[in-house]
Amino acid sequence: MRRSYSRALGTAALAAVLVAAAGCQDTSGDDTASGECGGKIAIFGAFSGDNAGLVLPSLNGAKLAIKQHNDANADCQITLQEFDTQGDAAQATPIANEVAGDASFLGVIGGHFSAETDATMPVYEAAGLAMVSPSATRTDLTSKGNKSFFRVVGNDATQGGAVSTYVKSQNATKVFMIDDGSAYGAGITAELGKNLGPLLAGSDKIQERQSQFDPTIAKIKAAGADFVFYGGYTREAAPLVRQMRAAGIKAKFVGPDGLYDPAFPEGASGGAEGSIITCPCLPADKAGGSFAADYQKAYGQAPGSYGAEGFDAAQIYVDAFKDGKKSRADILAFVKAYDKQGVSKYVKFAENGDVDPTKVVIWSYQIKGTAFEPLQELKLS
Amino acid sequence: MIDKIRSLDRRRVGALGGIGERWRALPKWQRRLAGVALIVFVYCLPWLGKLPGNLVVPGLNNLRTDSIDGGSNWAGVLFTCAVYVLVAVGLNVVIGLAGLLDLGYIGFFAIGAYSVGLFGSVNSPVVKWFQREFDLPQTWAVTWAICAMLALVLTLISGVLLGWPTLRLRGDYLAIVTLGFGEIIRIVARNSESLTNGPQGISAIPGPEGPPSTDNQLFGLVDVKPWYWLAITVVVVMVFAVRRLEHSRVGRAWLAVREDEDAAAVMGVYPFKFKLWAFAIGAALGGLAGMLFASRYAFIDPTQFNVNLSILFVAMVVVGGSGNMVGVSLGAVLLAYLPERFREIADYRWLAFGLAMVLVMILRPQGLIPSRRRTRELKDRAAEAEEAPAHV
Amino acid sequence: MNFDDLFGHFGQHTVDGLSKGAIYALIALGYTLVYGVLRLINFAHSEVFMVGTFAVLGLWTAFGVENNPPIGQAILFLVLGLIVAAIASGGTALAIERIAYRPLRRKNAPPLIFLITAIGVSLVLVEVFGLLLPRLLGGAVPSMFSRERIILGMPTILEQKTVIEIAGIEINNIQLIVFVSVLAMMAALDWFINRTRYGRGVRAVAQNPETAALMGVNQERVIMLIFVLGGIMAGAAALLWSMRFGITQSSIGFVLGLKAFTAAVLGGIGNLRGALVGGLFLGLVEVYGATLFSSEWEDVIAFVVLVVVLMFRPTGLLGESLGRARA
Repeated sequence: MRRSYSRALGTAALAAVLVAAAGCQDTSGDDTASGECGGKIAIFGAFSGDNAGLVLPSLNGAKLAIKQHNDANADCQITLQEFDTQGDAAQATPIANEVAGDASFLGVIGGHFSAETDATMPVYEAAGLAMVSPSATRTDLTSKGNKSFFRVVGNDATQGGAVSTYVKSQNATKVFMIDDGSAYGAGITAELGKNLGPLLAGSDKIQERQSQFDPTIAKIKAAGADFVFYGGYTREAAPLVRQMRAAGIKAKFVGPDGLYDPAFPEGASGGAEGSIITCPCLPADKAGGSFAADYQKAYGQAPGSYGAEGFDAAQIYVDAFKDGKKSRADILAFVKAYDKQGVSKYVKFAENGDVDPTKVVIWSYQIKGTAFEPLQELKLS
Repeated sequence: MIDKIRSLDRRRVGALGGIGERWRALPKWQRRLAGVALIVFVYCLPWLGKLPGNLVVPGLNNLRTDSIDGGSNWAGVLFTCAVYVLVAVGLNVVIGLAGLLDLGYIGFFAIGAYSVGLFGSVNSPVVKWFQREFDLPQTWAVTWAICAMLALVLTLISGVLLGWPTLRLRGDYLAIVTLGFGEIIRIVARNSESLTNGPQGISAIPGPEGPPSTDNQLFGLVDVKPWYWLAITVVVVMVFAVRRLEHSRVGRAWLAVREDEDAAAVMGVYPFKFKLWAFAIGAALGGLAGMLFASRYAFIDPTQFNVNLSILFVAMVVVGGSGNMVGVSLGAVLLAYLPERFREIADYRWLAFGLAMVLVMILRPQGLIPSRRRTRELKDRAAEAEEAPAHV
Repeated sequence: MNFDDLFGHFGQHTVDGLSKGAIYALIALGYTLVYGVLRLINFAHSEVFMVGTFAVLGLWTAFGVENNPPIGQAILFLVLGLIVAAIASGGTALAIERIAYRPLRRKNAPPLIFLITAIGVSLVLVEVFGLLLPRLLGGAVPSMFSRERIILGMPTILEQKTVIEIAGIEINNIQLIVFVSVLAMMAALDWFINRTRYGRGVRAVAQNPETAALMGVNQERVIMLIFVLGGIMAGAAALLWSMRFGITQSSIGFVLGLKAFTAAVLGGIGNLRGALVGGLFLGLVEVYGATLFSSEWEDVIAFVVLVVVLMFRPTGLLGESLGRARA
């Protein structure tokens, strides 16, 4: 009795799996959008996993741009296919192979982190696919002679320079720099160090997932710093700033866009009050058109880091399709020659794929409670 | 509930054991033939469900990871599976055969990957230093084949260096020390900017045809199939080599040491020597896998070698069935393939891995496809426990 | 190499190191107790601590504790936090023992299998708190819990103030509380194991389980007792941690657990006083090392010290064995 019961159960389960599998099958069947206009683009990045919080706004921004276009143009539909890399270069590469090998993809938005971008750039270049990154900021990405990589965001050097002019304009005398040893944090901190010169009073490196910072705090105290710059993300910055404040350090805390994250003031429980965050992102009311309002309406929250950049990256492809471009080569040429006001900045690419350095906009924000209040636009150098 | 699962499982094992018995009863030539057929099948996997000329076979096609929206390249996933199988086979030597728990296997994987990166890529500080010191051209770097050798040798040496002080320790200390070792390798790779490029990582790592470029005929940038065939060839060779080893004097020594170290020592098997062997051979296989990994992706950075992967590797071995190469290979393929095919649940993969580890250890400590020997050892211990309920 | 900084403020670094090591010592007790009796590394103990910090966070959030509350309220919430954390951590430790380890013990499984099970349990707990709970609870509770895997801040319950200053060495109130409580907990545990009837049972099972069973010691009860005791210590550590650092995260246990285990091995695993010595020693080494080099090398220094100690003194600084500790 029991035996036949379990056998029946097994058969049913097998059948269910087969049916489910068959059901999954046909969703990706037809690809090339027939008709005069439209096509398919891919977006890849860390949409799940530990760092997803930094990337999802960009994905949402891109989706918003595509949706607005599709709603307005029933005869010109664009498909945006998401590929989740979890921020891992080793997962991004097979995805790049897939996108490169599937002729229906005409353009790519990504990568969102510098490592996955570095790893996949040659693949997309070999396939002649344009690659527009909303948030990969490492300086050397555009110095490798890659012909199909573009980014709508300023690089680490630009932001490092802006931070440096900011602290100089505040009459800083002693700046203490800390970074977390990540490609992003160490990169931006090194760029700042180059610009600070004699103002640099000391520096320390911490580890990811560190929670106790007594030696670092002792070093800040010994240096008598009046400005502390931290290059890195929320996870370490929140306990660091909190312990600094508890230890009675009054120095101004400055951080880059990795800390433009509501979890930072919340995690620091008041310790982050008054901190300055720089971000190459426009305040909501300054961003062009109705982007901020639309985003708020669609997702129920303000566009966080890189939301506007994601929108701009998608908008480039939308404009390319509107212009009737239908091949990878045409679209690549279109992106290269793009010259138009976007919501995050004026988008126009330099020869190496960087967004025109004179058009990069960096704003400083001050933390009040758990909100980021726009202070002023920073001069770049 | 648990009892029901157990009895179901027992019946399934009975059936599988029956298959195992029947398999072993077959004449040798039939077994060989089946082995060859399996290898041919494995080489043809990139065409599973999608034959050349875009002929789609419904049903089979659904097994492919590129049959879903947002799925990865199928040959790319197969390559990952192949590398993980190599890792599992290597770690199986350490865990399954010698009975040592190595929680820092990623460290050897990283050393293998970095050896080919540091010596083979024109972007690496090491190669740049050579170019400066010896007035070599800007394009000079160590050839891939030599890098591969270097990877093997360096990981072998690092295995011995790590094993020398730590293998004298008790088994559970070893686990923690190796866990620390894996982290040290990663942290050193991240902090030594002048040696490894630090967090920026190394790009343009060469493959068999030299650095990644569109001019490469076979190991190009877009088509991954040749990479898969390369990896699977290495796997097949290594599986045969380890099999030979397992059935040799060394293999029997490992078995003796695993079951009872003191008894083995009394019988003239010097445990330390054979443990060190197992550790070093395991390390070399891990290094080989890391080398393939770095060559294929042409880019490495320290974040790719974090401790989670060490734990994933251990999970592959113990879930699959430590001691049995078919078992650990199955474990590796399952753990690499399932999250790729079922991306919607990929977020829960670590929860699932954790649960799988606990459940397998409690219900079926010998793994999904167990080694006969291990099963018997565990049964012996359980029987002892029933006779005299004692402490662990 | 920054010798000036190290020797210029040597006293201050020593105080910082000791207060850092004190928390390691408290967590290390959990490893040491279980190892002393069962000869197994309870790898999931780091997650027992993590659950304790979440319990404290939950309590303080539920009561809407503000930053720097009046002193009476602060003491009330510290005591309540201690109770809640001890219950949560002790309960988790007990549950792990019942669900995961007991079936294995019945089968007399080899130590390797315990260790792998423990790693699995650890993964499950991290994912439950980092992913499953936020998703299940969603918006039903304060926003803090509904976000996945991020770092969560707690209110500052006591403002940090320098209370003792001798020759330029500043000791603040929080360091003082941490240090005194750790010593008190250690003393209490030491008394419990060495002076009470239950403690005698624990020592008996640690020395020789068969004989202890013959003498009428209920082994299962002793094992439950040590898991609960270790859990309570981890809960106390969780409270001190929350008071001092005010942060938690689902993955907070991993690094701390590894350090605490290192501390236990350094002092001699299975030896209660060894855990204290090992913890303080490790805290000092880390702070001195981070000052001398840079904080990015902290973990490497800790592990190198572990390997060196194990090579030259495999039984740790004070030697092993809970049973033989002090009969």
